Amino acid sequence: MRGLIGRPPAEAGARTLAATPLLVPEAVIGAKVGGPMEAVGAPIPAIRLRGVTAGYGERIALEGVDLEIPTGALVAVVGPNGGGKSTLLKLIAGVLKPWTGTVEVLGARAGREAHRVAYVPQAELVDWSFPVSVWNVAMMGRYPRLGPLRQPGRADNKAVEAALERVGMLDRARSPIGALSGGQRRRAFLARAMAAEVDLYLLDEPVTGVDIPTQEAIMALLVAEAESGKAVVATTHDLAAAARHFRSIVAVNRCIVASGPADIVTNADVLARTYGEHLLMLGDHVGILDDSHHHDDPSGPSERHFHDDQPGGRS
Amino acid sequence: MNLVLEPLAYAFFVRALVASAIVGLVCATVGSYMVMRGLAFMGDALSHSAFPGVVVAYMIKGPFYIGASVAAVGTALAIGWVTRQGKVKSDAAIGVLFAGMFALGVFLFSLIPNYVGDLLGFLFGEVLGIGISDLISLTVLGVLVLGTVALLWKELLYSTFDPLGAAASGLPVSRLDYLLLVLIALTIVISLQAVGIVLVVAMLVTPAATAQMLSKSFGRLVLIAATIGVVSPIVGLYGSYWLNSASGATVVLVESAVFAAALATTTVVERLGHRIEQAAA
Repeated sequence: MRGLIGRPPAEAGARTLAATPLLVPEAVIGAKVGGPMEAVGAPIPAIRLRGVTAGYGERIALEGVDLEIPTGALVAVVGPNGGGKSTLLKLIAGVLKPWTGTVEVLGARAGREAHRVAYVPQAELVDWSFPVSVWNVAMMGRYPRLGPLRQPGRADNKAVEAALERVGMLDRARSPIGALSGGQRRRAFLARAMAAEVDLYLLDEPVTGVDIPTQEAIMALLVAEAESGKAVVATTHDLAAAARHFRSIVAVNRCIVASGPADIVTNADVLARTYGEHLLMLGDHVGILDDSHHHDDPSGPSERHFHDDQPGGRS
Repeated sequence: MNLVLEPLAYAFFVRALVASAIVGLVCATVGSYMVMRGLAFMGDALSHSAFPGVVVAYMIKGPFYIGASVAAVGTALAIGWVTRQGKVKSDAAIGVLFAGMFALGVFLFSLIPNYVGDLLGFLFGEVLGIGISDLISLTVLGVLVLGTVALLWKELLYSTFDPLGAAASGLPVSRLDYLLLVLIALTIVISLQAVGIVLVVAMLVTPAATAQMLSKSFGRLVLIAATIGVVSPIVGLYGSYWLNSASGATVVLVESAVFAAALATTTVVERLGHRIEQAAA
């Protein structure tokens, strides 16, 4: 059910948010940063993309991206399916190399400071029939810092325990991940990221398909992480959740459409540019005709997808 | 009792027992990672692609371990490389390379003028013909493969479970992918004499697939798979001694029977569980 049902009138947006800075060519976002990043004494941004174009095979997924995200930022990446949300995250994670341009993360080329970065993939990319417990998953966050020769020790057990406690999953530590609800699975993966003690969280759809109380709990944890000086970047389909929980928003649709404080998503012009024909406006209500169950990006050659309705199956 | 002790009087039988138990152990361990990665078909491909290496080694009278390793590892790396280019899907890349390599083996085989019964042993396995030097080579390679897995079990597990998350956290996922392919190739080389090219995929896949139904953690999966991998060849070899049947095939049939039993048991237990739940509700 896709199609152009109604284009929003431009005035609607202007009325609600006349002063929102839109379409900044060199997007600098983050509630904590007042002036330009180049100001004397300004910290190194957590993430900096310059002229980045990237894609899969022959297909361009993102084009001409300039973006800066400071430390302590809590950023939602929004946009339509196939708009490049996950691609942006993979570029920052260093698992996808840009065709052109540069991606700097935590002051170095993307991938260089990987041990300070935690990436949580979207739920469809995880094989939930895999025989691992919640504890095992959280412990994986410790593996990179251990290296091949060292086995998990007391410090690792403590970190995993603390992370599971924070996400409220300590009592399910021994459960196999396949036995968990959607919200518990997201929390188990969040525990893995927290156990890794990183400076940058990259989360692909952390609150999609999750009940409201769990959404609130996950967001509270992410807010706390951002407040302690870590950067949090999460993609989401849920515009309401993005506006409610995140401080800043990056709207992508093959390029950075807009970026700024979280309330830019209530701007009809931004919405129209981001979602195009997926947008449905009915009076003051905005609807996105977007099938959130389907995958955001075409996968790389070796990427696998898993669905719960086909146990153990791959699509 | 006599039936158990009697064959042990033959040195060839004891060698076969030791060799196939080692092969079963290594196959089940490496196979556990393979099955969880959905690489079962890869096992079949790499075993067939070892054939030209075996034939060439026979022609130039070199050790077959080297020939088979070069061919299988070469094909493993080629499959990995072709897949990464993203121009063809991985199952197509595997199909093209493995059939091509096996055809090359058959082609070279047909060029040898005299009768080559030894080579046929590599197709279906001839574990009773394993000599002491073969046993030593097999043990050395087996220790090498198991040692590598023991050293990198965490990294292999993480990159198997969540390749993107593992890569983002700094693990060299593509190198680990290639390493696993090399380990699979070496495992196949070790197994060629015992079970043969055609049946080795069963030794790799069946114990892990069986264990997968019975375990909730990966460590337990490997443990159960390894146990099946070691016990099945012993049962199978006795079976083949008593029944005078082909050794490799008998070993594989034992593993298949264990798989069937596990499948039936877990299915029945699950059904009963549902019924009890329904009755309680």
